Amino acid sequence: MSAPSPWHHYLPRLGLYLGIGALLLAVSVGLPHVLNAYLIQILVLAACNIVLAVGLNLINGVAGQFSIGHAGFMALGAYVTAWLSVTYGKRWLGAFDGQAVEPVLVAAYLVVLMPIGGLTAALGGLLVGLPSLRLRGDYLAIATLGFGEIIRVLLLNLEAVGGATGLRGIPQCSSLFLVLGAAVVAVAVMRNLGGSVHGRSLLAIREDETAAEALGIDCAHAKTSAFVIGAFFAGVAGCLYAHYTQFIHPRSFDFMKSIELVLIVVLGGGSLRNVVLAAIAITLLPEGLRLVKDMAHLSFDPRMVIYSALLIAVMLIRRERVLQAVAPRRKGGESAA
Amino acid sequence: MSQQLINAISLGAVYALIALGYTMVYGVLRLINFAHGEVFMVGAFVGLAALTVFHLPFAVAVLVAMAGAALLGLIIERGAYRPLRSAPRLAALITAIGISLLLQNLGMLVLGAAPRAYPPAIDATPIGWLEEHAGVVVTRQQVVILVATAAILVGLSLIVSRTKIGKAMRAVSEDRQAAQLMGINVDRVIAFTFSLGSAIAGAGGVFYGVYYGTADPLMGLMPGIKAFVAAVLGGIGSVPGAMLGALLMALVETGVSSVTLRVSPSLTLTGSTLRDAVAFAVLIVILLLRPAGLLGRPGREKV
Repeated sequence: MSAPSPWHHYLPRLGLYLGIGALLLAVSVGLPHVLNAYLIQILVLAACNIVLAVGLNLINGVAGQFSIGHAGFMALGAYVTAWLSVTYGKRWLGAFDGQAVEPVLVAAYLVVLMPIGGLTAALGGLLVGLPSLRLRGDYLAIATLGFGEIIRVLLLNLEAVGGATGLRGIPQCSSLFLVLGAAVVAVAVMRNLGGSVHGRSLLAIREDETAAEALGIDCAHAKTSAFVIGAFFAGVAGCLYAHYTQFIHPRSFDFMKSIELVLIVVLGGGSLRNVVLAAIAITLLPEGLRLVKDMAHLSFDPRMVIYSALLIAVMLIRRERVLQAVAPRRKGGESAA
Repeated sequence: MSQQLINAISLGAVYALIALGYTMVYGVLRLINFAHGEVFMVGAFVGLAALTVFHLPFAVAVLVAMAGAALLGLIIERGAYRPLRSAPRLAALITAIGISLLLQNLGMLVLGAAPRAYPPAIDATPIGWLEEHAGVVVTRQQVVILVATAAILVGLSLIVSRTKIGKAMRAVSEDRQAAQLMGINVDRVIAFTFSLGSAIAGAGGVFYGVYYGTADPLMGLMPGIKAFVAAVLGGIGSVPGAMLGALLMALVETGVSSVTLRVSPSLTLTGSTLRDAVAFAVLIVILLLRPAGLLGRPGREKV
């Protein structure tokens, strides 16, 4: 008979994917019946944060490159796709308004749009990744901060996307199913990447770049690709976010958002599972605080005080094991970069 | 043109006062003290309290602000940076960002986000003689700020180059371990450097408040970043570099302020928004082309 077809290899895996897909579909159809719109919205935001955080985790946690401008990538993805939707997509989708195929079309439209947002952000990631070849540690952090701020200032002044008034009227194409699906895909990609040659190269770079280079790892390529992949997911998350909230403003992607993501990654301590948990916790935190604020009649948003105090506390408690990195012991100790 | 130059020099003086703290702390600790802009802010508010609540004379208010800022710098160093001295640099960096945000937001919590009026402690009327003969407007305020800044800078370079503790600071920034082996109390030197840098930033805060007439809890953010860029531009770790970088940054900023850039019909960048973005652009360019800065020594990565 013939040789065993490759299908025997792929079938179980295909079954797994279909199973996960069916489960997601069931959850996203069922949940809106159980939870109210407010809780669903929190769920969507949490899923967006998961996509963002696992991407940043690849850059900061796995590769050890310190980026504090991740919201800039999200902004790129959000603005490009939102602009496309407002100028072209809305009219096109409107033609099918009320027809039976509309929900499917809307979903398909967003599935096409997500990679567009992702690729735009990835291009930004390439731009920021290139300096990472020359810059290390603190300097790289500052450069990424600068990148995020430049994006924000440009958006504030770009009248075509609303400038300082923000961009409104984005069609609501995101659904719970797509957002949860994106989160699952992002986590799965990161999980598989972590165990691959590429992921291990990044880990090696984090631990000791010189040694990694000596072992034959193409550090330049690996570091840049970490930025590109991380930025891609941020762009996807930006697209999902924009098409859920229907309104975006440069303020939604400011330094505070970047810091929120850094906090998630730091709290996650390098492990993918903990990063996901931290993303959920940090999404819930402001909601919980809002309750406290309403009860105590505070006029001030205490979120940033808590974020910053948490950051400091985590650092002081964990000290040597930030992101589970083994503190590199080098000759000359502290003078090494 | 000469008017712009004079405004740039006054702004550059304030930037220099902040940039020096960055550069000194980086010199001894190899740490970018992100909270430095907030030390500047606290200095401005201590000065404000001294001027308005206690009605102290300007010179005394500056000294009080310097003392307050120095104390804050000491507390930050002792509480947050010292425990992390043997930890990876990343930990200290994240902590620094955390402290910066904490101080900003505590400031907003305690003082409110609204800007407060800063009393015009020095006469802000132009000096008539210069206006008549040279055609430039120079206020007494600008002169006082410049003279005070110059005095602080001279004092600082005397401390660094002539005193025992200055010598120790230079030794620690050269090689911390070797300095320790030579019997230098490294902890003390670092604490001293922190308080000295913070004190200078505190004075800068008062000058800034008087010059612009307002103070708010987020006032440290942009001057802090710009002064940091100035320090990097001049070569971080180098004291003359910080002064040169600050002057250049102020010149670029003043030059850009009056420019309106029309990139396309829908993208018009006005000077006020461009001013902030240009600082980052300068930074990224300098980091890519000459990471050691203008006057910095190109450091080799040690393996």
